Amino acid sequence: MSEFLEPFERMLENVSTPAAVRAIERGGSPDAMWQAFAESGFLDALVPEERGGAGLALADVQPLWMALGRHAVPLPVGETMIARALLDGAPDGPVALAVAAPGQSVVVPFGLVAAYMLIESDCALHMVEASGALTGVVASLAARMTCNDLPSPHSTAPTSGLRPIAAILRAALIAGASGRVTEMTAAYANERVQFGKPIGRQQALQQQMAIMAEEMVAARIASQLGCAGGFPPSLVAAATAKAIASRAAARVAATAHAVHGAIGISEEHDLQLFTRRLHEWRLADGSESYWNGLLGRERLVSDARSVDFVRAHLQPEAATG
Amino acid sequence: MFDTLTLAALPAEGEAIRPAIRAIAEQAIANASADVRARSWSGFDRDFSRLLGRSGFLGLTLPKCYGGAELGPFARFVVVEELLSAGAPVAAHWIADRQSAPLILNYGSEAQREYYIPRICRGELVFCIGMSEPGSGSDLASVRTRAERTAAGWRVNGQKIWTTNAAHGDYMIALLRTSGSAGDRHAGLSQLIIDLKAPGVTVRPITDLTGDAHFAEVFFEDVELPADALIGEEGEGWKQVTAELAFERSGPERIYSSVVLLDAWIAHLRDARRDDPATCALVGDFTARLGTLRAMSIACTARLALGESPVVEASLVKDLGTRFEQELPTRIGDDLASHPDEGVDAELYRTLLYVTHIAPSFSLRGGTREILRGIIARGMGLR
Ligand SMILES: Cc1cc2nc3c(=O)[nH]c(=O)nc-3n(C[C@H](O)[C@H](O)[C@H](O)COP(=O)(O)OP(=O)(O)OC[C@H]3O[C@@H](n4cnc5c(N)ncnc54)[C@H](O)[C@@H]3O)c2cc1C
Repeated sequence: MSEFLEPFERMLENVSTPAAVRAIERGGSPDAMWQAFAESGFLDALVPEERGGAGLALADVQPLWMALGRHAVPLPVGETMIARALLDGAPDGPVALAVAAPGQSVVVPFGLVAAYMLIESDCALHMVEASGALTGVVASLAARMTCNDLPSPHSTAPTSGLRPIAAILRAALIAGASGRVTEMTAAYANERVQFGKPIGRQQALQQQMAIMAEEMVAARIASQLGCAGGFPPSLVAAATAKAIASRAAARVAATAHAVHGAIGISEEHDLQLFTRRLHEWRLADGSESYWNGLLGRERLVSDARSVDFVRAHLQPEAATG
Repeated sequence: MFDTLTLAALPAEGEAIRPAIRAIAEQAIANASADVRARSWSGFDRDFSRLLGRSGFLGLTLPKCYGGAELGPFARFVVVEELLSAGAPVAAHWIADRQSAPLILNYGSEAQREYYIPRICRGELVFCIGMSEPGSGSDLASVRTRAERTAAGWRVNGQKIWTTNAAHGDYMIALLRTSGSAGDRHAGLSQLIIDLKAPGVTVRPITDLTGDAHFAEVFFEDVELPADALIGEEGEGWKQVTAELAFERSGPERIYSSVVLLDAWIAHLRDARRDDPATCALVGDFTARLGTLRAMSIACTARLALGESPVVEASLVKDLGTRFEQELPTRIGDDLASHPDEGVDAELYRTLLYVTHIAPSFSLRGGTREILRGIIARGMGLR
């Protein structure tokens, strides 16, 4: 697994620097950065080998998605991997994912930097050229798109739809960004001196940061659970991953900002590159309450004991352990 | 950060044991009401523990030469999971199996291993842990109860408190000061095995707010112990206790304390045919957290299986786990009482109130929330 992760991480260190992220968020061209991903071959990670891809399992790709979150990558890299896995003959270029009913206006993460959008509408998948308006949220790369006059479908949607797949991607991005934010926060707490000692020596802050670490690790493990089964993921796996990660996203971001004080909300500090994403990804493809609702409904139709239920639905394959 | 805590599968070695332990657990609880099953941790039944011993479910991780099964931590995880999710009474072997036997194996003399461990594996010996004292709770290193050397061995004077199982136990493993003063902190502490029937030992049960009396005060007045009562090295008690606490904090028992209530509530929802969005969201929240915590606990077990002592990771899982355990009764109570026209049967009501009242103990026993968070903060490089 780390055999893929290491070169991927190295590439991200080089191409997705805070300066490069900011440039794209300010409207600069994403082409050069995208070129690096296109040439790396990673975009076909989930494409089966017989179609010329790497044929990796979701569990193998999960660390790559986390790395995208860790580096605040301003492009729909994970989305494009998913689109290429789902469709035979997906076009070149960055693809964003959306689920929308006809006439509905939705927010599409990375819609402004995508060349295409893969839209699920009426149980079918449509590939369209990216379009859409600014959301009006500063520095956001999401687009607001109204789903009208779709071309004829490219294929039918997976039985459970596009949303569970998109949700496990968001959960992994959240887990990666949460890890980064937790490390930044611990490092800052050791540097910043008030009352004659680093603020990290204050027990009140230590207790808050311990909780933050717990939430961060929970998001990571939940994301791994979401990716532990097959592709596309089961509803229970996706719901668990996204519900836990979304919950963590808001809490991790809040503690990070509390510990950083005023500097953390300034544009110049890198923290905001990650916390803005945490909040956006928490809302994207269903928040914790949305997924909890679906998961609860699924749980209530089973008369299994709770431990047996989670055991049956959230069990990584013994072989991968 | 904490990158080694990562998703791990329960290997076949663990799963293989599940059907057999499930059959025994189901039999044990066949006639028990939910509020009795909710007491699982503190359900004391020597016959049941002996049955588990005879059936090969105790000492799972211990060497065969001492009567163990040499199976590794995953098998133990499955056994604990089955017992607790059924709500079987585990108190009579719990501490001995989880903490005392591994401690004696790691630090004890050969004679101590040969004497105690096979009996623990047969479910015959009830151990208790004498760490806390009236003046030493979170500040454990400040214990004052003393063991002085005598010609024949040791003489103990002092007092322990909150000692689970002391009233019907056989032995206590006590953390005692053998040299220096309480001001010396970690130095001068040792662990000794005390026969609770020895002259000079007085045990006074303490009744808790639910009416149960599972812990006790223990007084020592010139209690004479043989020389081989000492476990490990004199003065190494603090190091030994720290390792012991990693065993105590890493298991699935830190997630499942309220799971009998959770299942009773879900059965109620099914009977009442209630599946509105708010109800589903609450059920889903509990389910997602349970599944994630279980995966975190298995991840901890995987570290143990590699021979590590995941002290920080175990603290992290325990703190998150006890928060979940404590939220269940609060939110289930809110749910049931916000449907006053639905009717709650007597058994579910008793179970809810029992778990509600005992829930504060979940984040006290085995180290308080604040102390655990301090350990995590140290793991984050903040102290
Ligand atoms: C059900 C149950 C079973 C138990 N069984 C056993 C047993 O078998 N053997 C045994 O030895 N003990 C046992 N205990 C005792 C348990 O280990 C102690 O209760 C625990 O360590 C806390 O000590 P205390 O109760 O004296 O609280 P205190 O140490 O007085 O703490 C009170 C509060 O102050 C906080 N606090 C204390 N110091 C600090 C600090 N430095 N920073 C921040 N907050 C702080 C604590 O977190 C807590 O919230 C049991 C307890 C319970 C509830």
